[in-house]
Amino acid sequence: MDSTKTKKISFNKQLLIPIAAIIALAIFNLIVDPSFFKITLGTNSAGNPVLSGYLITILDYGSELAILAIGMTLVTAASGGQDISVGATIAIAGSVILRVLCGNNSRPDTLQAPIIVAFLVACVVAMLFGAFNGILVAYFKIQPMVATLILFTAGRSIAAWINNNELPIISEPSFGYFGGYIPGIPIPTPFFIAMICVIVIMLVLKFTTLGLYTQAVGINGSSSRLNGINPQFIKFLTFVILGLCVAVAGLIKVSRLSTINYSVIAKDIEMDAILAVALGGNALSGGKFNMTASILGAYVIQFLTTTLYKMNVNSEALSAYKAVVVIVLVVLSTPVVRKKLSQLWGKLTVKQAVKEVA
Amino acid sequence: MNEKNKTGFGSKFTKWFGRTSDTNLLLTITIVVFFLMYLGAIVFQGQGFLKPQTFFNILNANAALIITSVGLSIVMICGGIDISVGGVVALVSMSCAVYLDFHGGSIIGAIAIAIGIGVVFGVVQGFLVAYLDIQPFIVTLAGMFFARGMTTIVHTAPFNVENEAFVNLKDTRVIVPGFGSYNKLGNYVNAYVEIGVIVAILVVILFFIILRWTKLGRSLYAVGGNAQSALMLGINVRRTRFLSHLICGILAGIAGFVYFMHVGSGSASHASGMEMNAIASSIIGGTMLTGGVGNIIGTFFGVLSLSTIQNIVSSAGLDQAWWTGITIAAMLCIFLVIQSVVISKKKKLLTK
Repeated sequence: MDSTKTKKISFNKQLLIPIAAIIALAIFNLIVDPSFFKITLGTNSAGNPVLSGYLITILDYGSELAILAIGMTLVTAASGGQDISVGATIAIAGSVILRVLCGNNSRPDTLQAPIIVAFLVACVVAMLFGAFNGILVAYFKIQPMVATLILFTAGRSIAAWINNNELPIISEPSFGYFGGYIPGIPIPTPFFIAMICVIVIMLVLKFTTLGLYTQAVGINGSSSRLNGINPQFIKFLTFVILGLCVAVAGLIKVSRLSTINYSVIAKDIEMDAILAVALGGNALSGGKFNMTASILGAYVIQFLTTTLYKMNVNSEALSAYKAVVVIVLVVLSTPVVRKKLSQLWGKLTVKQAVKEVA
Repeated sequence: MNEKNKTGFGSKFTKWFGRTSDTNLLLTITIVVFFLMYLGAIVFQGQGFLKPQTFFNILNANAALIITSVGLSIVMICGGIDISVGGVVALVSMSCAVYLDFHGGSIIGAIAIAIGIGVVFGVVQGFLVAYLDIQPFIVTLAGMFFARGMTTIVHTAPFNVENEAFVNLKDTRVIVPGFGSYNKLGNYVNAYVEIGVIVAILVVILFFIILRWTKLGRSLYAVGGNAQSALMLGINVRRTRFLSHLICGILAGIAGFVYFMHVGSGSASHASGMEMNAIASSIIGGTMLTGGVGNIIGTFFGVLSLSTIQNIVSSAGLDQAWWTGITIAAMLCIFLVIQSVVISKKKKLLTK
């Protein structure tokens, strides 16, 4: 009875931040332009019924971010740092998928390999790159952000190198299903993919010790080692899981365009993914985490991005606004400011109590 | 700890290893690597690298990188990191370009803008890191995105600056006496450097002195090495951290102006990846990411090593854009692993 009660309270507290952010954004949009919430059923160029509207855009484009947020939350929790190479590794994974599908010809008429094979190869490659980061972080004890800086610098170059710097284009329509719509289903496929990932990770967290071990390592590595957990392996494992998430996000990204642009694909997505974790109320210095809050956080980020786009903010200038949001959020979540705020709150309530007494 | 009882090679090794400070050990590695690399370039890439001007061109092209790397080394010695420098450089060059061309500004005003932007970034980031205890990486990541975004808000399209006073300043060449070479026509051509290089070298010397012989410099090392014991020694840890970020911000502003003097244009894509090159140079130069270890001279050689390897890559005919990224990343990786291995080995030797 008691344990369920405390569980419920912590659950509410963590989810409060993203939900409050969603409500704030929704109210803002409602005031500026209520047509933001309109969803219309139309048909796309292929003649399939599709839902369109800003809310659908959020669900659609927030999916990659939600998938990345899953991996990023685990990495953050275990190692107390973030992986800044996810954008670059998405480029690598996407490049691998296209390379396998196209073979040596960059404009194939038919696919050279089944999509599932290409995806599996991409998974393996992305997990290898994740493992590279993991080894540097876990076994060489390099700060995560600096270790992943290596791939951040080289990743896009490697992606271009995989395809000999060509831009393969896939004309096969079935490849576009993953980032678009499956005929007959009006909801964008990325949303379903994201939901599958969410369900899988929820089941994993519920039925395995991964979540518990990750948090234990993040809170105190040496005491978790004394309790028989191998902290280095757990850190390594979280980076490999992030690699898997990156491969899924990469599939969606290249499927959207059926091609790839090495320097633009998934640009600045590492910022959004870190932001999603922070918005979920998870400590960026590691330790306890709440997966649901992170995933909600990812959709909040997309909500914010879509809102900014709708207000005709230049896509290059977008990062300036987001940076301000990050700073405000991070400042509000620091212990110093929290203490000050709670003191302020305490003073206010005391004053009120005094008034009531008087 | 108990070194007296040991005999043979192990003890000598321990003594030598133990006495050489981390800073000197890593500095030696860097300088040796640089000279080996440059020698290799002369041997394998032909005579181009023998000309003094080739060497001075490396300096000309990397004056801004040297200044930002010095700033980064200082932050890293103090145990922090700053990845906003590239964005600040881009923002400074764009703001100065707009000021000079669209508002008819003067050189002095442009320099003031450059340093002003640097100070603002330094103060805000320093405050957030030092006094609110936010992870420096998050703060400066946001700073980087903010600077990049602001650059496009200031002006979107890239353009060349045509302000007369500025063009004159940009084209000023300082002759280096005693160095020169004969060109294809047989005329003797003096080697030259740009003004930026002189600024960069002054910055290197100044901060070498500050780090070595001033209270601020020593407290930077102390805080980076162990903030807890620095606090017990009576060092104001927060203020030192704040100052490290402030110095880095100001240096990024100066570097922005030097970069602007080198390229003479404003563009949102300027200095992209410069923060990574600066971090890589500092690491190659023997600055430890964990803080407390580092040397400005090492950083200087780190920049030279990095740009020499880039020159080697491009003169070897591998001029596709991706090779530079991959070589830098590979060097970074190797040096990170060397650091990690060297330090852990040393720790083991000392605690045997």
